[in-house]
Amino acid sequence: MANLKPPLPRALRPKPKGPSEDNGNAKAGLKDQAAEKGITVVDWLDERTSLSGGARWMMFRKIPKGTNWFYTLGSASMFAFLSQAVTGVILAMYYDPSATRAYESMRYLTNEVFLGEFVRGMHKWGSTVMVILVFLHMARTFFFGAYKYPRELNWVIGVVLLILTLFFSFTGYLLPFDQRSFWATTVGVAINGTGPLVGPYLNDFLRAGPEFGTTTLARFYALHMLVLPAMIATMIGAHLYLVARLGTTAPPWIRADIDPDLRKDET
Amino acid sequence: MSRERKEPKQPKTTAEAQIPGAFEGETVSRRRFMTGTAHTAGGIAAAAFTLPAVGLAVGPVFEKHPTHWESVGPIADFADDTYLPRTLTLVRGIGDVGKSTVYIRKYNTDLDDETRDEYNEYIAISTRCMHLGCPVRFVEASERFICPCHGGVYDFQGKVAGGPPVRPLDRFYTRVRKGNLEVGPRFSVNSELKRFSPRDPGMPLDGIGQYVYPARPSVRKIPGT
Repeated sequence: MANLKPPLPRALRPKPKGPSEDNGNAKAGLKDQAAEKGITVVDWLDERTSLSGGARWMMFRKIPKGTNWFYTLGSASMFAFLSQAVTGVILAMYYDPSATRAYESMRYLTNEVFLGEFVRGMHKWGSTVMVILVFLHMARTFFFGAYKYPRELNWVIGVVLLILTLFFSFTGYLLPFDQRSFWATTVGVAINGTGPLVGPYLNDFLRAGPEFGTTTLARFYALHMLVLPAMIATMIGAHLYLVARLGTTAPPWIRADIDPDLRKDET
Repeated sequence: MSRERKEPKQPKTTAEAQIPGAFEGETVSRRRFMTGTAHTAGGIAAAAFTLPAVGLAVGPVFEKHPTHWESVGPIADFADDTYLPRTLTLVRGIGDVGKSTVYIRKYNTDLDDETRDEYNEYIAISTRCMHLGCPVRFVEASERFICPCHGGVYDFQGKVAGGPPVRPLDRFYTRVRKGNLEVGPRFSVNSELKRFSPRDPGMPLDGIGQYVYPARPSVRKIPGT
């Protein structure tokens, strides 16, 4: 049980000093000074937080033989989410969640604001991309058998993330507040209401009353950009922690290497 | 026959449990007391902001929705063999979103067989499809209400004639005031046109439907109707 810490990659290892730098009197170059300052700052932070160990634990992991492009679907989903988060925050700067002004604020954003249509398009199409990526990631996990022991909990967290993603899609669809989004949400809420016993009450909760009212849109907006992001960020954190803790699986077609001596004994 | 099993005696006081620094007759150790106090204080502090916030969020479920009567014109406008569309304001203060179309006609003695009372001399049919809530349209030529979304069809009385809807179209209470027709709150009906408190689309009211999809405190039909 020697050093279990993964070794530092070559680029991060301290370089031995060159012969010209050995002289203490020689004035170090600007580049060296900057590097020195950088190291000082990182050291200062690390001495007080001890974060470098965790960062290395997260980033420099051993991955199994046979790891391939399918293993990037998880990161792709995460980057799709980050894209939604960033564009969503900026869109919120222009959006007005009131039933009488929401459509107008979106019209203004789309037609008048520099890059407005582009960033809104990123958010709109990005949401579809995220749902597709999440499903592909789920399919990869299923077909590679990566949900089995000891990764069952991560599968469960993944299902929660899928449901949260779909809640995002549902609540976000209303926000443009055009005819399509209004009627799609009317239908969506009605579907939600067909759940026996609790359905009618859940509908009243979602709409903030028995009819689509003054606060319905604000409620969807608050869920979409305050409640759900907090929940999904927490869950993504847990998901990533478990990935780093448990490691990834090899694809099912990769066989474990058997010690040739062991095979000899059997025969 | 059973010999009394020797259970280790549970110490009654901290002194008996030989906890260092125990006071005489003390039953809860000071460490446990302190832990309990801290947890209780934390719980109360968390509840102090969580409960009001949750109450604010779920309050509308229990709050009674205000209803009003709205005049839709003189009674002479409405015939008993066809519908006239009228626009109602269901929710005030949110512009067009709060408005909805209703189809209105006079009670037709040849056709309608529900008991007459002060609220159905004129029949006001809601345009929300009882499949999933899309807006239905009355087609004069076929005397049918037709939904554009999933093919729901209703007959002249608003009863289901085909497609996925689970119950007849909802109705509104109507009353006559000084020669004008007024339209009031909405109610739901089952396939025999019996009145129920308003339900959302997709909720059947025949058989056990009214119990599986209970009435909500936020909207009720007029008592005794």
